[in-house]
Amino acid sequence: MSFTSGIFLLFLAVLLLLYYLVPGRHQWKLLLAGSYVFYAFAGWSAVCYLLATTLTTWLAAVRVGKKYEDQERWLSEHKASATRDERKAHKAAVKASARRWMLFGILFNFGLLAVVKYTDFVLGNVNGLLGLFSGPQAPLPHFLLPMGISFYIFQSMGYLLDVYRAKYPPEKSLGKTALFVSFFPQLIQGPISRFDALAPSLLSPHKWDGGAVALGLQRVLWGYFKKMVVADRLMAVVNTLSGSPEEYQGLYVLLLMVIYAATLYADFTGGIDITIGVAQTLGVEVAENFQRPFFSKNTAEYWRRWHITMGTWFRDYIFYPASVSKPMMKLTQWCRAKYGLGLAKRASVYLVTMLTWFVTGIWHGASWNFVVWGLLNGVIILVSQELTPLYKRFHERFPALQPTFGYRLFQVGRTFLLMSAVRVLDCYRDVPVTFRAVGSIFTDFDPSILWNGSLLTLGASGSDWAVALCGIAIMIAVSLLSRAESLRAQLSRRSLALRWVLFGALFLAIVIFGAYGVGYDANQFIYNQF
Amino acid sequence: MEQLLSVLKELHPEVDFETAEGLVTGGILTSLDIIALIAEINAAFDVEVSAEEIVPENFDSAKTIWAMVERLMDED
Repeated sequence: MSFTSGIFLLFLAVLLLLYYLVPGRHQWKLLLAGSYVFYAFAGWSAVCYLLATTLTTWLAAVRVGKKYEDQERWLSEHKASATRDERKAHKAAVKASARRWMLFGILFNFGLLAVVKYTDFVLGNVNGLLGLFSGPQAPLPHFLLPMGISFYIFQSMGYLLDVYRAKYPPEKSLGKTALFVSFFPQLIQGPISRFDALAPSLLSPHKWDGGAVALGLQRVLWGYFKKMVVADRLMAVVNTLSGSPEEYQGLYVLLLMVIYAATLYADFTGGIDITIGVAQTLGVEVAENFQRPFFSKNTAEYWRRWHITMGTWFRDYIFYPASVSKPMMKLTQWCRAKYGLGLAKRASVYLVTMLTWFVTGIWHGASWNFVVWGLLNGVIILVSQELTPLYKRFHERFPALQPTFGYRLFQVGRTFLLMSAVRVLDCYRDVPVTFRAVGSIFTDFDPSILWNGSLLTLGASGSDWAVALCGIAIMIAVSLLSRAESLRAQLSRRSLALRWVLFGALFLAIVIFGAYGVGYDANQFIYNQF
Repeated sequence: MEQLLSVLKELHPEVDFETAEGLVTGGILTSLDIIALIAEINAAFDVEVSAEEIVPENFDSAKTIWAMVERLMDED
């Protein structure tokens, strides 16, 4: 069921009505039933995958929790009698047993993800290699990728790893675990929530709060505006420009970079606005996933502000554990003894940074485009890190420059263009085509396309461009006005009449200027496919 | 504590770690520094600083780092 379909709006209206009618202790059960109804629209096989992840996550987490409970009991019973070595040996045995259950959950779920998402990619590459030597070709199974599988598996495995790390005890109720895994607003495109952050509001009863529901609906409306007025209208331009890279070179590629940045931002943040807004109407607090990322002054900052819950997931469950793993610690110590602190500081962290970005890339999709996209991000972050002393010396030499608005604007523009250049790997059919296209910006620059009518031949009419550009201008204005506090919170202190006028206008803008019908695929969010 | 201070001093000679606060939140220690520091702590104090210990509260001053080291030594 897509957020932009009429059936979703009907589903949401019925669910909201029932949610505030049933007794509070049953609300979570209604949400669970609603989440499965929502997901059943993706097909019964998709529901089976969801159930498999839920059951294995619940089983593994409960078993890990049981091991720790037994350990606590043993330690309190043997507090006086056990020696330090005996306690240590007992803890080690418990940890090993808990690790086996954790590994069961991790291997099952990531194995499942690997099979459905990456089999074609791996076999395709093997076939390509065999083809060089006229070898046999393996048939590609073409598994159907269940919607949102990367999101809910990552969320579930984060929870299991937290329980294994004894950050909090497991949820013993299978139903409540199932709701955490399947909560419908965030099931398909995140955010990737943490159990300790989501569960308190997800599982507790809620009374009707008109103010909170109104704020939630306002955010939903804003999400629809971004998605239907801006993203869906510009998607046709993105498809035209990236579909014929031989025809659209030079300035067209720069245009694609900028248009795709706006499209993806409007699409993804629009979807997240709908997610967070819907959750808010139910009294559930979902983590924010964006913090005005296009105002970032460098790449590392950009990645702290874009798709935040994915970034922190990779940081906490891959980057840090891999960095302090025994082999990496040994590498650090060996480098220090052999080559000094400078290399020791870098060797393991740089290796793990590249590994993390490789995984981040492949998470987004099974193609070389995403692998290269991930690795390029890693390289850019490491080069920035190495250039830090140079920047520092530059700023010491020109201290007046750094605080100026012009310099900040330069930093923001530079980061935006750099990230946009890397991001077009999403659009083109393969890596060489992308590199050639981006390279053509420097060799085939023809500014006349901006005024000779060429822009009207890219799948968007003059009115499409006008509507989309007005939409982008409104998005930028809202971003600028939301620096300290969300605009909705600021407006909530203004008169009711003003709010009705503004949100009424927003609603009308969606109805009148939203992209519908033939030629517009309003049903698919870009991040659904990940 | 003295041993820890000398390790920290080697990472950032310009910082007075006996008084400095906000090492992580203030951006003095980068992720590179923290990983190098953990390798040193593991070797020097025969403990194992795991990934879940990498939170700003544990690395924000020499005192909090030392408190974490003492806790880990005690747990062992």
